[in-house]
Amino acid sequence: MDYKIHVNKLKLYYGDALALKKISLGAEKNSLLALIGPSGCGKSTFIKTLNRMNDLIANVKIEGEVLLDGVNIYHPDTDVVLLRKRVGMVFQRPNPFPMSIYDNIAYGPRIHGITKKAQLDELVEKSLKGAALWEEVRDRLQSSAMGMSGGQQQRLCIARLLAIEPEVLLMDEPCSALDPISTMKIEELLSELKQRYTIVMVTHNMQQAARVSDYTAFFLNGDLVEHDQTDVIFTRPQDKRTEDYITGRFG
Amino acid sequence: MTVTRQNYDQELEELRNDILEMGTRVELAIGQAVASLTTQDIEMAKHVMAGDDYIDAMESSIEDKCMVLIARQQPLARDLRIIGTGLKITTDLERVGDHAFDIAKIALGIAEQPLIKPLVDIPRMSAMAQKMLRDSLAAYIKLDIALAENVCAADDEVDDIYHQTFRELLTYMMEDPRNITQATQLLFVARYLERVADHATNIGEWVIYLETGQRMRKK
Repeated sequence: MDYKIHVNKLKLYYGDALALKKISLGAEKNSLLALIGPSGCGKSTFIKTLNRMNDLIANVKIEGEVLLDGVNIYHPDTDVVLLRKRVGMVFQRPNPFPMSIYDNIAYGPRIHGITKKAQLDELVEKSLKGAALWEEVRDRLQSSAMGMSGGQQQRLCIARLLAIEPEVLLMDEPCSALDPISTMKIEELLSELKQRYTIVMVTHNMQQAARVSDYTAFFLNGDLVEHDQTDVIFTRPQDKRTEDYITGRFG
Repeated sequence: MTVTRQNYDQELEELRNDILEMGTRVELAIGQAVASLTTQDIEMAKHVMAGDDYIDAMESSIEDKCMVLIARQQPLARDLRIIGTGLKITTDLERVGDHAFDIAKIALGIAEQPLIKPLVDIPRMSAMAQKMLRDSLAAYIKLDIALAENVCAADDEVDDIYHQTFRELLTYMMEDPRNITQATQLLFVARYLERVADHATNIGEWVIYLETGQRMRKK
């Protein structure tokens, strides 16, 4: 299989507590991998290891490797800023900057050295189109992003991510703060984005994992219990614990 | 408002197309099976029998798609009825496919003996049952309730010819006991065709349920 990200025997400790128990898991290129499991199972911890967001937390110790295109991102020579440009992240709550819609998108590219207006205009339009937001905001690019609806703000955050041209999108429950229609719009967007990006998504919403993902991984108590094609996980899971969880028998 | 769930809609559309394709194939198989009987064409009979595996595979594939759609999309209301009726219609179509196989097998069995009578009512029944099947599939694709109701109404005519054929073949048997073996086989064929019309009627009833949510009263 053509893995964009390949996690190999990854262990993560918070102090002495082992939060991820030797996880091996791959994310296929141009596909969407959903991570499901009850609270505290390690899925959010896991997704944060994929662009080293756990570096920012004290007392975290990591063993094993995370290969991005075959190269271990935990190698001491890794440029973490570049890594996070290649592997971007969208969070639970939309977190637009308190500035205009346009500047939200242009912020990243400006930091990375793009200053020409024509070039920025093009990038803003392309990113907003990529996040299925352009038609809704094209006439008010200079108004504040804070005045947008929650669903629009989340798509803005996705557009902001696309503007720096990442390769992998990490999503930590991107719809948990959104209403059903906004959720459906984001899901529709994800199914388009996965044709060009590799997406890894944490979701508490099992139905969402069933709807949008190609592969599903079920985590429990820091262990990876089962990882398979989503069709298989949701129609004939192999492990009794997976079956119990997805059918609401525990968790 | 932005259109959502386009992929899902597309998958539902694919499901309907698969069912149409399967239906077209079994309708063709019935026509060929009956033709192989009337023209005593051994090759065509074998061809129909060989095609049954593919029809069975289509059934499994459609069933799997329905199961996956239920698991992944949590269908409700009309979407749920599309998938539920899809499962039911596929079963009807697979049975029609089996009847094509059965008729072809009989055709093969009697291909080298003279027919006890010219076959008139059997091709007529076949034409009627095939038309019902085509109409039921058209009604399914176009969600045409009037057409679906016509299919259900046409079933009585097929039943009438079946009873007529039954009486006629009985006469041949009584006339000469040597006719019994072949007449029995032909009686089976008539029975299969009568069942094909029943399956087409079922499909018509499912179309009405799909479109209105109401069950047609069984006669």
